Amino acid sequence: MHARAAPAVALADVTIAFRLARNSTYTAVERASLSVADGEFVAIVGPTGCGKTTLLNVTAGLIAPSAGTVATFAGPLRGVNRSAGYLFQAEALFPWKTALENVAIGLDISGVDKSEARSRGEAWLKRVGLAGFGSRYPHMLSGGQRKRVGLAQVLIRDPKILLMDEPFGPLDAQTRQIMGNLLLDLWSGDRKAVMFVTHDLEEAIALSDRVVIMSAGPAARIIGDWRVPLPRPRDIGEVKLDRAFHDLHREIWQTLKDEVLKGYAQTGGG
Amino acid sequence: MSRITLVTLQLLVAVVAIALWHVLTTIPIGGVKVLPPFFFSTPADVGARIVKWFVEGTIWRHLWITLIEALLAFLIGSIGGVLVGFWFARQPKVAAVFDPYVKMINALPRVVLAPIFALWLGLGVWSKVALGVTLVFFIVFFNVYQGVKEVSPTILANARMLGMSEHQLMRHVYWPSALSWMFSSLHTSVGFAVVGAVVGEYLGSAAGLGYIIQQAEGVFDVAGVFAGMLVLAAFVIAIDAVVSLVERRLLVWRPVTADTRT
Repeated sequence: MHARAAPAVALADVTIAFRLARNSTYTAVERASLSVADGEFVAIVGPTGCGKTTLLNVTAGLIAPSAGTVATFAGPLRGVNRSAGYLFQAEALFPWKTALENVAIGLDISGVDKSEARSRGEAWLKRVGLAGFGSRYPHMLSGGQRKRVGLAQVLIRDPKILLMDEPFGPLDAQTRQIMGNLLLDLWSGDRKAVMFVTHDLEEAIALSDRVVIMSAGPAARIIGDWRVPLPRPRDIGEVKLDRAFHDLHREIWQTLKDEVLKGYAQTGGG
Repeated sequence: MSRITLVTLQLLVAVVAIALWHVLTTIPIGGVKVLPPFFFSTPADVGARIVKWFVEGTIWRHLWITLIEALLAFLIGSIGGVLVGFWFARQPKVAAVFDPYVKMINALPRVVLAPIFALWLGLGVWSKVALGVTLVFFIVFFNVYQGVKEVSPTILANARMLGMSEHQLMRHVYWPSALSWMFSSLHTSVGFAVVGAVVGEYLGSAAGLGYIIQQAEGVFDVAGVFAGMLVLAAFVIAIDAVVSLVERRLLVWRPVTADTRT
C-alpha cells in the first residue's frame, strides 16, 4: 500500500558539508539516501556526532544540502519544510509565553481565530496530560512537562511529517518510557510519517517501524536498514521483553557497535 | 532571617551612623570636635533644613523639575536605544560600519558634553535631558542589541518551523527577547537618567536637586549640601521601588534566579 503512494520524505544522495576556517570543509553526511513512506515511523540511530541531527535539519529545510536532493509529497523542498513539524533536542519553547500560548502559537500565526486557537490549545494540553498547566511559564514546568508542551506545540499544526531529534534525551528513564508511550498513543491516531533521531537503540526499536543505522562521522553514511516486525499497538515497557525485540537488537547491535567504538575514538569518549 | 529582624537591622545601621555623626560633630573629645561642624554639619541641622524645605514647600518645584528631566531622558533614551539596537542587530553591515563610532562615543565621559548641551539647548530642562539621553541610550541600545543577537538558535529554528514570517519573528521572538534584556537593565538606565539630570543641573541651571546642592556648596552651606544629598538619595530609592514594581509585573515569565545585566 505504501509502495504506491509517493513517499513522505525522499532524500537522494544527500551530502552535507560545512565550510570551516582556512578554506577547508567538513563533510558531515555523505551520499545519504533515505525514503520514508507516509505513515511510517523511522528511527535513525548512530553514534554521537554522526550527523543524525544534520540530516534532520536538511529534511526540515533549515539547511540546504551541498549535493543531492530532498523531496516531500509536495515536491522538491525549497526553504523551510512547510509540511513538517520539528521537535528539537534543546529547549525550544518561547520562555516569555505561557504553556497555553506556546501550544497555540502555531495556530495564532496562521490566522486562526484567537478564541478558537485557545480552546484547541487547551484541548492539546489535555491530550498531553497537562490540563490545568496552561498558565505556567516554561521555567515553572519540569523537563518532561516542557517536552509535552513541545509535542503539543508541534502536533497542533497537524504536520504531515514529524521530525524528532532525541526529544526525550535529557529525561530520566521512567519519564522517557512514559513519553514514548504518549508519543505512540498520539501517533497511532493519525499515523504521520516520523523521522526519529536517537542514539538509544532500544528506544529506536521499541518505537519504530524501521531502524536506520548511520556510520560514525565525519562523512557519515547510512549503513543499515532494518524492519521492526513487532506488532502494534505496543507498550514500550513490555515490548522490550519480547523475544523478537532481543533478536533484532542483537542483530543491529553487531553493526552499530563498531561504529559506536569508532565514534568514541574520534571524540575522545565524549 | 525574618523580615522584621532584617528591617530592624537595616534601621540599626542608619541609627548607628547618624548617632556617630552626631557624637563626632557635637561632643568635644579631648577638647576638640573630631569632625568640625563647619565641614560636616550636624544631623540636627541637616534634619531641620530638610523639614524646612518641605514645610515651606520650596523643595517640590526642584523635585518636580529633576523628575521631569529624568523621565524625559529615560523615555527618549530608551526609545532611541530600542530603535537603533533593533536596526543594528538586524543589519550587521550597518552595525559594522558604525561600530567604531559607537565605541568612541560610549567611551567618552558624558560630563564633558554638559557644557556643549548647555550651549546648544540653554540652561533649561532640555540640556539636562540631552545629557541623560546620552547615558540611557547606550545602556538600552547595548541590551536590546544583545537581546536580539542572543536569541537561542533553537528557539529561532522552532519559530521558523512553526511557520513564522519575518514580521511574526519580530513580534513573537526578537521583540520579547530584546525587551527582557532591556527590562533587566531598567534599574541601571533609570538610575543613569537621574544621574544625567542631577549632574546637568549641578553644572548649570536655575532649578532642580543638583541646583540646590550646587547653590549650597557655593556659599559653604554644608547643611544644605547634605540635606540635598539625602533628599536626592530618598528620591532615587523611591524611583527604584517603582521600577522594581514595574519589573515584577513585566517579567513574570522569568525564573527568579535570572541575573541582572547592566
